[in-house]
Amino acid sequence: MLEIEDLHVSYGAIRALQGVSLTVPKGKIVTLIGANGAGKSTLLRTISGLLRATGGSIRYEGEDISRLAPHRIVSCGLCQVPEGRMIFANLTIAENLRMGAYLRKDAAGIAEDLDYCYHLFPRLKERTTQLAGTMSGGEQQMLAIARALMSRPRCLMLDEPSLGIAPKLVRNIFRQIISISRERGITVLLVEQNANLALKLSSYGYALETGRVFCEGSSETLRQDPKVREAYLGR
Amino acid sequence: MDSFFQQLVNGVALGSIYALIALGYTMVYGVLRFINFAHADILMLGAFSAYFLSPAIQQIFPLPGIGGALVVMLLAAIICAGIGVGVEFCAYRPLRKRPNLAVLITAIGVSLLIEYTCQHRAVFGAETRPFPQLIAERNLDLVGLTVSNLDVLVVVMTVILLVVMWLVVNRTKIGTAMRALSFNREAAALMGIDINRVISFTFAMGSALAAVAGVLYALKAPGIEPLMGIHPGLRAFVAAVLGGIGNLPGASLGGLILGLLETFAGGIAGLSNYRDAIAFSILILILLFRPAGILGKNSVEKV
Repeated sequence: MLEIEDLHVSYGAIRALQGVSLTVPKGKIVTLIGANGAGKSTLLRTISGLLRATGGSIRYEGEDISRLAPHRIVSCGLCQVPEGRMIFANLTIAENLRMGAYLRKDAAGIAEDLDYCYHLFPRLKERTTQLAGTMSGGEQQMLAIARALMSRPRCLMLDEPSLGIAPKLVRNIFRQIISISRERGITVLLVEQNANLALKLSSYGYALETGRVFCEGSSETLRQDPKVREAYLGR
Repeated sequence: MDSFFQQLVNGVALGSIYALIALGYTMVYGVLRFINFAHADILMLGAFSAYFLSPAIQQIFPLPGIGGALVVMLLAAIICAGIGVGVEFCAYRPLRKRPNLAVLITAIGVSLLIEYTCQHRAVFGAETRPFPQLIAERNLDLVGLTVSNLDVLVVVMTVILLVVMWLVVNRTKIGTAMRALSFNREAAALMGIDINRVISFTFAMGSALAAVAGVLYALKAPGIEPLMGIHPGLRAFVAAVLGGIGNLPGASLGGLILGLLETFAGGIAGLSNYRDAIAFSILILILLFRPAGILGKNSVEKV
């Protein structure tokens, strides 16, 4: 579904990604773990077209998307839930969701997806006319995920959905990520610092360190790997 | 009492024109966070478009006359929308990833470029030209008050355009995209919003409003010349800041306040030469107490 090969990205003289290769197979959940500054967000931002790679390739459903503008990439069916949620605080919940469906013209499909989002996150339905900025962090994260789903993506990238959210809500959100993947057949690339939880729900994982893939393997293997346990699982 | 109401009407009419111009400043600031100083010159180009169009329009629609005047305004608005989009595309878009200061300086450059190119003999020339009488000025009698029909037209047009703008920004998809983009450009791009298109749309709307304001302004002014935009442009910029830059109702309110201040200060015997000094002193006072503007929110930018 998503194939990244030997990707290089630089911020001026700083080489943020130094040859990252990664594959996300269709219908699977793949986790990317790594410490702060390892390059996880850089990778997602590059895939989404916000940053330009200096080398390597990004192929999505067989097509090279590394030169496309961000909105073109969304129209290919690849959508990102950015780090820090980035909801539109000055817009209502309903307007935020409408912006998620910005590129779509199929009114019936949009209404159907809206129902699905409200079914996943009933809290959003209770507050459609409320300004998004007035919600709690966890609710904003739900909104950010729902907003991305409104573009009807075939592949969803989530950048640290657990960041700054109450543990109880984190579990709820992760459960919904699994249902999104199962019920809608959406492929998921999950970036997380909460490595333990993320590896539990994914089938495959990559660990990133200073711009390189430090190790990879099935999530079960990674969870048992002493190196990974020491570096990311805190045990 | 009569002269008070007379001044009130003058002030509201002048303030309405400032409000229309201020809207353009504030919308562009909303999406791009810089002051488009060339906006004042779009206003001038709007007046000149009307000047050159009227003889042709006169062949089809009677001028002076309200129908012909509206057609002239509409065409001037379309021409200026195109110019505004063109200026953004050529001068500002290439600097999109540069610091805002670079864009700001460029805007000043574009403004000077337009003004002094138009002053050249081969373009418009520097002399003042009489503006065609698109509407014959008459005095209307409104419940005992004498009011110029031009002032009524200015106020009515402004109210209509403000309502239309409000609806566009708050009730349409592209307007919602403008607000989304204004809050977080990156998130908007990640949702599939074509940033460049929304920005072009913003410039088109703002420039069209400036063109209408330019025609209305010229109707009341003795004549038009290439530097005619500077005075109302500066007032409108101040109005936008006064109301709270980035805030649409604020821009309208700021325009109104500035128009009234200027008119009333100018109407006080012996003080008319100091009207700008008075108006701007009050402005400084207001901003001292409300730095974000009257309707602006003192928001802490969150990262």
